[in-house]
Amino acid sequence: MAKTLKEMEKAKEKANLVTIYLDGKEAKVPEGITILEACRMEGFHVPTLCYMEGLSSWGGCRICVVEVEGQPNLVASCVTPVREGMKIRLSSRAVREARKTNLELLLSNHPLDCQLCDRNGSCELQELAYEFGVREIRFGGERKTYAVDMSSPSVKRDANRCILCGRCVRTCREVQSVCAIDFANRGFDTFISPSLGLPLGESVCINCGQCILACPTGALSEVSHVEMVWDAIEDPGKFVVLQTAPAVRVSIGEPFGLPAGTVTTGKMVAAFRRLGFDRVFDTNFTADLTIIEEGHEFIGRVKKGGKLPLITSCSPGWIKFMEHFYPELMENVSTCKSPQQMFGAIAKTYYAQKMGIDPKDMVVVSIMPCTAKKFECQRDEMCASGYQDVDFSLTTREAARMLKEKGIRLEEMPEENFDDPLGISTGAAAVFGATGGVMEAALRSVYEISTGKTLEKLDFYQVRGLDGVKEASLEINGMEVNVAVAHGLGNARRLLDQVKAGNSKYHFIEIMACPGGCIGGGGQPIPTNLEIRMKRIAAIYEVDKNLPLRKSHENPAIKKLYEEFLGEPNGEKAHHLLHTHYMPRERI
Amino acid sequence: MFYRTHVLVEMTSSSVAFGAAQVKEALEREIERVGLKNEVKVLETGSFGASLPSPFVVIYPDNVIYAPLRVQDVRRVVEEHLLKGRVVRELMLAGGLEWKTSEFAFPFPLAKETRVVLRNSGFIDPLNIEDYIARDGYMALAKVLTEMTPQEVIEVIKRSNLLGRGGAGFPTGLKWEFTYKAEGQEKYVVCNADEGEPGTFKDRLILEGDPHSILEAMAIAGYAVGAREGYIYVRAEYPQSIRHLEEAIRQAGEYGFLGENILGSQFSFWVKIRKGAGAYVCGEETALLESIEGKRGEPRVKPPYPPQKGLWGKPTVINNVETLANIPPIILRGPEWFKSIGTPTCPGTKVFTLTGNVNNLGLIEVPMGITLRELIFEIGGGVRGGHGLKLVQTGGPSGGTMTPDLLDVPMTFDTLPKYNSALGSGALTVVDDTHCIVDVVKSFGEFFLHESCGKCTPCRIGNKRIVEILEKISEGKGTLDHLEELLHLGRNMKMTAFCGLGQAAPNPLLRCLEFFREEFETHVKEKVCPAGTCQLKSLQRTVR
Amino acid sequence: MEESLYREIEEIIEKYREEETPLLCVLQEVQEKFHYLPRNVLGYIAKKMNVPSSTVYGVATFYSFFETNPVGEYVIRVCKSTPCHVQGAFNVLQALKRELGLKEGETSKDGKFTLEVTSCLGVCGVAPAMMINDVTYGNLNDERVREILALYRR
Ligand SMILES: Cc1cc2nc3c(=O)[nH]c(=O)nc-3n(C[C@H](O)[C@H](O)[C@H](O)COP(=O)(O)O)c2cc1C
Ligand code: SF4
Ligand code: SF4
Ligand code: FES
Repeated sequence: MAKTLKEMEKAKEKANLVTIYLDGKEAKVPEGITILEACRMEGFHVPTLCYMEGLSSWGGCRICVVEVEGQPNLVASCVTPVREGMKIRLSSRAVREARKTNLELLLSNHPLDCQLCDRNGSCELQELAYEFGVREIRFGGERKTYAVDMSSPSVKRDANRCILCGRCVRTCREVQSVCAIDFANRGFDTFISPSLGLPLGESVCINCGQCILACPTGALSEVSHVEMVWDAIEDPGKFVVLQTAPAVRVSIGEPFGLPAGTVTTGKMVAAFRRLGFDRVFDTNFTADLTIIEEGHEFIGRVKKGGKLPLITSCSPGWIKFMEHFYPELMENVSTCKSPQQMFGAIAKTYYAQKMGIDPKDMVVVSIMPCTAKKFECQRDEMCASGYQDVDFSLTTREAARMLKEKGIRLEEMPEENFDDPLGISTGAAAVFGATGGVMEAALRSVYEISTGKTLEKLDFYQVRGLDGVKEASLEINGMEVNVAVAHGLGNARRLLDQVKAGNSKYHFIEIMACPGGCIGGGGQPIPTNLEIRMKRIAAIYEVDKNLPLRKSHENPAIKKLYEEFLGEPNGEKAHHLLHTHYMPRERI
Repeated sequence: MFYRTHVLVEMTSSSVAFGAAQVKEALEREIERVGLKNEVKVLETGSFGASLPSPFVVIYPDNVIYAPLRVQDVRRVVEEHLLKGRVVRELMLAGGLEWKTSEFAFPFPLAKETRVVLRNSGFIDPLNIEDYIARDGYMALAKVLTEMTPQEVIEVIKRSNLLGRGGAGFPTGLKWEFTYKAEGQEKYVVCNADEGEPGTFKDRLILEGDPHSILEAMAIAGYAVGAREGYIYVRAEYPQSIRHLEEAIRQAGEYGFLGENILGSQFSFWVKIRKGAGAYVCGEETALLESIEGKRGEPRVKPPYPPQKGLWGKPTVINNVETLANIPPIILRGPEWFKSIGTPTCPGTKVFTLTGNVNNLGLIEVPMGITLRELIFEIGGGVRGGHGLKLVQTGGPSGGTMTPDLLDVPMTFDTLPKYNSALGSGALTVVDDTHCIVDVVKSFGEFFLHESCGKCTPCRIGNKRIVEILEKISEGKGTLDHLEELLHLGRNMKMTAFCGLGQAAPNPLLRCLEFFREEFETHVKEKVCPAGTCQLKSLQRTVR
Repeated sequence: MEESLYREIEEIIEKYREEETPLLCVLQEVQEKFHYLPRNVLGYIAKKMNVPSSTVYGVATFYSFFETNPVGEYVIRVCKSTPCHVQGAFNVLQALKRELGLKEGETSKDGKFTLEVTSCLGVCGVAPAMMINDVTYGNLNDERVREILALYRR
């Protein structure tokens, strides 16, 4: 497994060191790491394409080749371990020539219409071609052509742009353990294929979009809702309501050149207002609502001896995963809709009534860090008002593109506030954006609601951070409540298998499909890597810390919503509007 | 029961194609009819080794060969030879090849032939374990289990300096030692019988003719490295080999040479067969392991090498069929005997398969160090049709290209690389001078294009581009730039490909571009194919 | 697909239950039964063997002996590697194409023959050669091609 710099530093402290020479410079590095890792530790840049941090190394693209003295062939630095005394040349003529040739070979089977590609500007192939100074492609010949696969509600596959680096395949297998896609055929005819050669939409793909983040080219991207949203905005007969997810405010600055981890809430609101939405609301509002509903569901299950552990339901990728791979755990999963869907349901009922708008004339648009949300909003069950709860779901990337299209510079926007009342939220809602956040928010409320006491320490550090599985326990009314958090479905399996086997010690489990939680969602700006994920997480907790209210049950707008409209948490109306059900799916 | 006479019928995939089965049936029928059923026994055997007409029948101990023996002639042979003792001269093998008795007594090796790995092939009934036992079969295993420690076995193999016959020529003893020393309770022995290198069929003949020798060797390897299980990975194209192996495994189990506590020792060993499914790259050892593991046959990153992390992540020794066939004789006769054959740095014999435009097609086992001249002009009877020799591809497309100037180079693992060539699997593909070099190189290229696994860029796309350019050249659309591109692509593939397939694929191309430069240039400059065999035929006619 | 077919597949899988990673073995045996590996069969195998179906598909399309599309009762594989090539494999292929009225990769309308080219069959001693299902034929020329096809046309 490719290691992070930090892990390597740690390794360095422990392991035996070997001496190697990088372009003549002596370096002592831990035994067992690869040449590439050694280079990164020592500050040498080596271009890569199929290599990706956090995935197993594959060594197929042959871009990272280097020369090792005494060896007749060039070796791929990403898979070759260092050896004592190794003399490595990183940029000899032979090395540069070989890298360039392999890149040209890839380009000779590539469309070369960068201007028309989603990834124009964030494509690694394009960047390497520029860096290597490719000015012509010496090798012509047959180019493979494939039909673009638009069958999935979330992920668009354009195999014509695929360079067969396998990063998507490894992500789907190693990070998500879904294995929806794999290599098919062989040799020049190799391509990436969903299960059984079916379109992606008919496969076990859970729409998480992690493969999109992994893809160095435009071969994978989201199914765009941009045009539909433009149409809605420009339709004078439609009242277009926007909601923005917790994780978007800490990442949307990136496409505008702001450093990762910049909190842009106010600027973002201003920008979207200028885009032409009639109202700019906040998904955080319904994140608070989710906590109330899910918190009561948990308390209820504990009291009535219902099915435990309760597992969170905010992540639609996780939900589809459960339906395919763990249908037997269906009853463990909270019946709460996700905040996106609760928002749609409330907007088209409560808010529509309040405003005197016919829900059929209301269009709810969401901006999400997520591609699975596109799938979620199209699920048949999600029609509380009689109309689709949420009409269109944009990824952070699409939203940024729309702003750019209209010439709105987010970084230059003034700070503005969300509209009322669906724009009011607490710090508990803010932390939904990071792994562990839903659990932390839930614990804050569950504790206070069930004990009637005030929680001293609001920060649950045990459930924060990027460890794959985290756990904590908290005494509530004399009961030791054990909770666990997993992000990335490969990690989640560890918890789920315990539950399935009946030996889970947990009462409450949070699962997010994407590594890092929503801030690492498949709809986020590219690149999204470990370092960027950590910065976004830090920003999320900064938002939380700076908010006056940090517990969902203290949100005044939520209280009012129950008083005016919903009645009791988990009551009949709440159930009708805010809860859902699941269905087992084939494991094709 | 004692039979005065044995009638041996060669039964290989290729002789079956010539009706050997019908001939055998007819022989049995006729023998029964003339009442010799209790005196004469008809036996199926593996290949007789050399390139011989089919169906091929030997009367033993008379040492008379009838070949090709057609069904309609069977009655005469039975009535005249078997009943009346009169040899039917006109049905005997034409050409009067002279057979001599070798140290292995039988059957009739050709001049220059030394049979170690083919010691039993053609002599025994491969489907009868007693035949094998009668010729010292399983003696080596018995010796190992009763008299030797695993370290001693490894020491013997190391001292013999047996080099792997699968193509790379890696010292077998070392490989066993690495596996022996690797940590782990579970270890495996894998026999590589994927034999996909075009022009190679030696492993098939060993498996068809002497399957027990491989089982015995695998058990010895298992004892030496500490494995309890062995897998034979046989290519799907060899159904006959698979049948013979299955039967051999069954019999060996019955006789207690495989299974629990072999020969009453503490050592237990099982062998299973896994069948390939048509992928040359699965001959590469790590791709082979992937394939056994039920995956796409893509090669793995090395290191770790199989002796450290092989099948299912466990230490694994992988050997070629021919390598293994050498093991029992080495154990029985000692490393010094083995080293007395061949050359000092490359001892033992090698099975060569003669293919292409040579008069005698087939295979022969000779001491290492023989020259191509001997192989092609003495044993092979020269180039077909009296044509000139253009080139000999040694070791298949992945091996090396030998041009007529290199006919006297000794054929060993260590000398050929000095000529940018390789011994490889021992395949010899003779190409006569009626063939166009572009066409021949393209045929190599197409093989690699078809067999590339597609994992790495230089091989996946490089082979495609190479074949495309060669096509253009043979269509008369080539330019001098194309020749440069070929060189460039070939060198790049050699330098940067992931596995041995891609690294070796451009070998013939690069060598031929150098040696036959003129012929390539004639194609691109004059748009003429001097040999007239590539697609320029029509063009050439008009030019003349 | 019919119940009974699924049962047969299940039996094959059951046969290999003791084996580690027997995916190839199962695919081979199932293909022997059904001549090719239709999508639903692959899906069923994946489910029963608890292997991701994308993996099963990847494996089934990697190896040239696996067919994921319907093929004829007899699959003819003509070797076109160099030893056969220089002994006239091209003419053999032409003869087969002519006799069968098929191009490479095609299946005859009556579902009897599929014509494919393949790499070395390991019978170069009798080049040029071909395989029909699992029987090998060597020393081919136009006439032998006709004779052999006649055997299968009956
Ligand atoms: C592309 C490729 C194909 C190979 N094919 C075969 C093969 O068909 N049979 C074989 O024994 N070795 C083959 N090898 C060599 C094996 O990787 C390995 O070196 C060999 O099985 C080791 O056995 P040995 O030491 O007994 O030779 C091939 C190697 C490569 C790179
Ligand atoms: S789709 Fe993208 S990530 Fe997947 S193999 Fe192709 S280029 Fe790589
Ligand atoms: S060189 Fe690369 S593409 Fe070719 S067979 Fe080896 S790994 Fe596969
Ligand atoms: S990055 Fe090392 S081979 Fe692709």
